[in-house]
Amino acid sequence: MAKKKKETKEGNKKKLQLAFYWAASCGGCEIAVLDIDEKILDVAAIADILFWPVAIDTKYKDVEAMKDNSIDVCFFNGAVRTEEQEHLAKLLRKKSKVLVAFGACAVNGGIPGLANVGNKKEVFDVAYLDNPSTDNKKKITPKTKVKVKEGTLTLPDFYDTVKSLDQTVDVDYYLPGCPPTPDMIMNAVNAIAENKLPPKGSVLAPMKSVCDECRFEKYEKKIKEIKRVYEVDELEDKCLLEQGIICLGPATRGGCDARCLDANMPCTGCGGPTPNSLDQGAKMISALASILGIEGEEKMSDEEVQKLIDQVVDPVGTFYKYGLPTSLLRRKVMK
Amino acid sequence: MKTVTIDPITRLEGHGKISIFLDNKGDVANAYLQIPELRGFERFSQGRRAEDMPQITSRICGVCPVAHHFAATKALDDAFNVDPPSAAKKLRELMYCGYFIYDHILHFYYLGGPDFVVGPDAPPAKRNVLGVIEKAGLDIGKEVIKHRAYGQKITAILGGKATHPVCGMPGGVSKGLDKDEVKDIEKMIKSCVDFAKFSLKLFDDIVLQNKDYVNMILSDPYQLKTYNMGLVDKNNKVNFYDGKIRVTDQKGKKYKKFDVKDYYKNIAEHVEEWTYIKFPYLKDLGWKGFKDGKDSGIYRVGPLGRLNAADGMATKEADKEYKKFYETLGGKAVNSTLAFHWARLIELLYATERATELIKDKEITSKKIRNPVGKPGEGYGVVEAARGTLIHHYKLDKNGLIDKANLIVATTNNAGAINMSIRDAAKGVIKKGNVDNATLNMVEMAFRAYDPCFACATHTLPGGLPLEVKIFDHNKKHVKTLTQNL
Repeated sequence: MAKKKKETKEGNKKKLQLAFYWAASCGGCEIAVLDIDEKILDVAAIADILFWPVAIDTKYKDVEAMKDNSIDVCFFNGAVRTEEQEHLAKLLRKKSKVLVAFGACAVNGGIPGLANVGNKKEVFDVAYLDNPSTDNKKKITPKTKVKVKEGTLTLPDFYDTVKSLDQTVDVDYYLPGCPPTPDMIMNAVNAIAENKLPPKGSVLAPMKSVCDECRFEKYEKKIKEIKRVYEVDELEDKCLLEQGIICLGPATRGGCDARCLDANMPCTGCGGPTPNSLDQGAKMISALASILGIEGEEKMSDEEVQKLIDQVVDPVGTFYKYGLPTSLLRRKVMK
Repeated sequence: MKTVTIDPITRLEGHGKISIFLDNKGDVANAYLQIPELRGFERFSQGRRAEDMPQITSRICGVCPVAHHFAATKALDDAFNVDPPSAAKKLRELMYCGYFIYDHILHFYYLGGPDFVVGPDAPPAKRNVLGVIEKAGLDIGKEVIKHRAYGQKITAILGGKATHPVCGMPGGVSKGLDKDEVKDIEKMIKSCVDFAKFSLKLFDDIVLQNKDYVNMILSDPYQLKTYNMGLVDKNNKVNFYDGKIRVTDQKGKKYKKFDVKDYYKNIAEHVEEWTYIKFPYLKDLGWKGFKDGKDSGIYRVGPLGRLNAADGMATKEADKEYKKFYETLGGKAVNSTLAFHWARLIELLYATERATELIKDKEITSKKIRNPVGKPGEGYGVVEAARGTLIHHYKLDKNGLIDKANLIVATTNNAGAINMSIRDAAKGVIKKGNVDNATLNMVEMAFRAYDPCFACATHTLPGGLPLEVKIFDHNKKHVKTLTQNL
């Protein structure tokens, strides 16, 4: 630490002003930042962390009092689903020179974005009414304004639709992953510190797919059927997709070192679309279509083709697990 | 008094919110902790592939993903009617110990501990992990960082990733251990055992040797006489990964013990209109409002709940600490909310000792880590998350998709108790309308002890929990708002 201090002094540079914030997220992105381990002390040496609810006691009113653009870089994780989150996204946008969408939820909506298969009413019904352990004879659900004996209590409402950060405010950079890896985080911090950030709008992750980082060999083999991961008793030492297991590796951006594959499990797509790809699910469907039941496809009846397709039992959850809000589908149609 | 008017809706983004109402003398009439968000996992789990649940539900909480991962995996074992090989169970439990090591260190040093190490009335700018490092020294700070990381690394070796692991599947785990990995893990665990002992010593030096802290722990505003709940093994010792759910009363006597399959016969959840969180209670006693005592069904979970609900720890050194805990604090049950911190460190020691047993087990390198699954049906899974009993319950359709899912999450179990704790703390420390930031922190300490993971019920993190306290006078006029971390 002492060494770093000296360097800062010699460089006579003003310390970087950083902020971290979460919206609709799980806290895993905060843990990912802590997972840079002792490097957090290096970061503390070159930067002031102005705002980081998980670790630092800074008040919200202090953020409101900051001058516009006084935060050099704000790392914002979590999707946006309430007007409060929208407010904070707008506030931090105003206060920050650079706003980074941090993690799958801020980038593409993430797993909370799967809630776009339903709406607020359905969420409430399942949580408070149609539920085996809830005792709610009066059919009470939370309200935004409630009179109690002593006065009035208020709760924020939330939207029917979950949004990514860039569907809410202008975003400068994207750091994908659920959560982003410590290496990706440190690369981003170093790029910021050395003023070597790429053009605005860039994704701060390698220009490759998960397949490019995977330890399993590909043999360009076609498959006849799709298998659930628990249906394969003995995995062979080769591409999971070529063993019939849906693996989103071809359609997903890498940078994660294909860690899930190291644990013998398929990629589920948390890195978001591959570079220059418009829609992660569409790309995966196309990859699947090119290897599934290709042999003899021309001789198949419509029913047989339908049977092949029906093996994909949950297309939305399979192809858009981390990115329904920013996909071409966005959400279930609201009537 | 000047009114500071800031709309709470725009300032509280899914975090905790406390409203304190004062009577005409300026004393506390009542207080409410509101949880202002809900993400609806139970709804959007419907229609998903059952095998995706361990990874989907881990996103309920990035602090305790391993707890959700294995509650889900165990519910799938049950739903697919498969008993995993014993090596798979040991690998899961070993990973679970890694998770407890990381999580309990995180809470004590980063989140809850600063109140004690730096001081409850220290300036807010110092009440954080950097303040702890400043006070305890950089060498100790580096040890803290190292051992938290060890917990994560053990989880990552076994689970693929530490945050949001992937190894859990119905019938077993997807990955075993090779000899090199065993060596790495063994080395880390050995160091963690020493670190756990060091942490207990530190707690003794800083907290137990300080009369003011001990008085505070034992003071009335921080007492709550509820039932206690936790998983126990067949000898009624604390177990994190498996066992039966045991409930004890305010004096530490057994009240009931049940299998997770009977959870809905024993636990019911109450709904209030003013918060998104539900309030579980013991069904036979019924919901009696925010009251403690014998007739109220409210119970507590987490480190203190677990210790109170069990007869001891299953490992030697931790069991010694368990006995010391009750000897020091006046026998069973310990009803002091702030004793959660101590209980947490005893569990940290248990996790390291249990991990030592598991990594030395010959079966830990077995290749037999999966059993074939049966037909999909209904399943129940229970584990002890760091913050308490966690239950997943799924109904699968014939294609192995989720038809219905119900989750009773660790912090949710504590929701009733946390509400009472902040109310009682507020009543104890706010008199004649005198409120300042130190007072606010004393109220905050009442819920911080629980290590509440509103990420689980909502999405915030414990410790530096953003908090707004609104004070109303007896005319229901809003007189003051105090905020922290917002």
